[in-house]
Amino acid sequence: MPAQSTTDEDFDSVHVCLTDEPLEPMIAATSSEEPWLAHPDAGAMLWFHGVTRRKTVQGDRVTVTKELSYTAHREMAVKQLKELAHNAVQEFTLHRVVILHRLGVVPIGQASVIVGCSSSHRVASLDAVATIMDRLKKDVPIWKQERFESGDRQWIHPSPTTDDPTTH
Amino acid sequence: MNEPRTIEVLLFAGASEAADGADRVIVRSHDHITASELMKQLADQHAALAPLARRSRLAIDQRYVSADHVIPSGAEVALIPPVSGG
Repeated sequence: MPAQSTTDEDFDSVHVCLTDEPLEPMIAATSSEEPWLAHPDAGAMLWFHGVTRRKTVQGDRVTVTKELSYTAHREMAVKQLKELAHNAVQEFTLHRVVILHRLGVVPIGQASVIVGCSSSHRVASLDAVATIMDRLKKDVPIWKQERFESGDRQWIHPSPTTDDPTTH
Repeated sequence: MNEPRTIEVLLFAGASEAADGADRVIVRSHDHITASELMKQLADQHAALAPLARRSRLAIDQRYVSADHVIPSGAEVALIPPVSGG
């Protein structure tokens, strides 16, 4: 097993990482050199990329994002991501789970989060990715700051009563 | 008898911004304080944090705790505003 940094850990089935670096090259490297999701009994492998969106439409209101910037309670976030990943392995009978989250500035079109799952059949991975993302957005201590084209900046602290987590 | 005690509370994101960029604040408190009592004292002593603190959770040693959780001495205390990762 390769040596890992302090925020990076491999178990048999789970890989979690918080990093200030772009995620896409990490996924490209792992897909060819060390396929994290590969398992001889896997019949499905699924990758989800959450990327920075330029335009957000909410009713009549349109905002134009320049970039996002993320911060975290790093140690707690890594613990929570590991727990989330391990729970998903058990709950959805997954072979592998990967959760990568980027911190710092994430430009338009680049990934802030990448979740990968593999399972014997496709439904387990499809359900698991959706559930992992819902739980990540609800509990893991990571925050985004919207930086708009107008120059305004705003930390996003969703209200459970008025904000729908599926639209963030 | 509850002895006086100060508690350092870590701040993140909008909470840090509301505290002029500070990454922590000190709350004057006492022994055997619960999470809900500390949240009230935090809001009373740092008014700029009050609106967001009302919507936040408290994490003790990197675990979310319930309102009646007693904060051990020497524990890491973090104010966790509503999260927005992903």
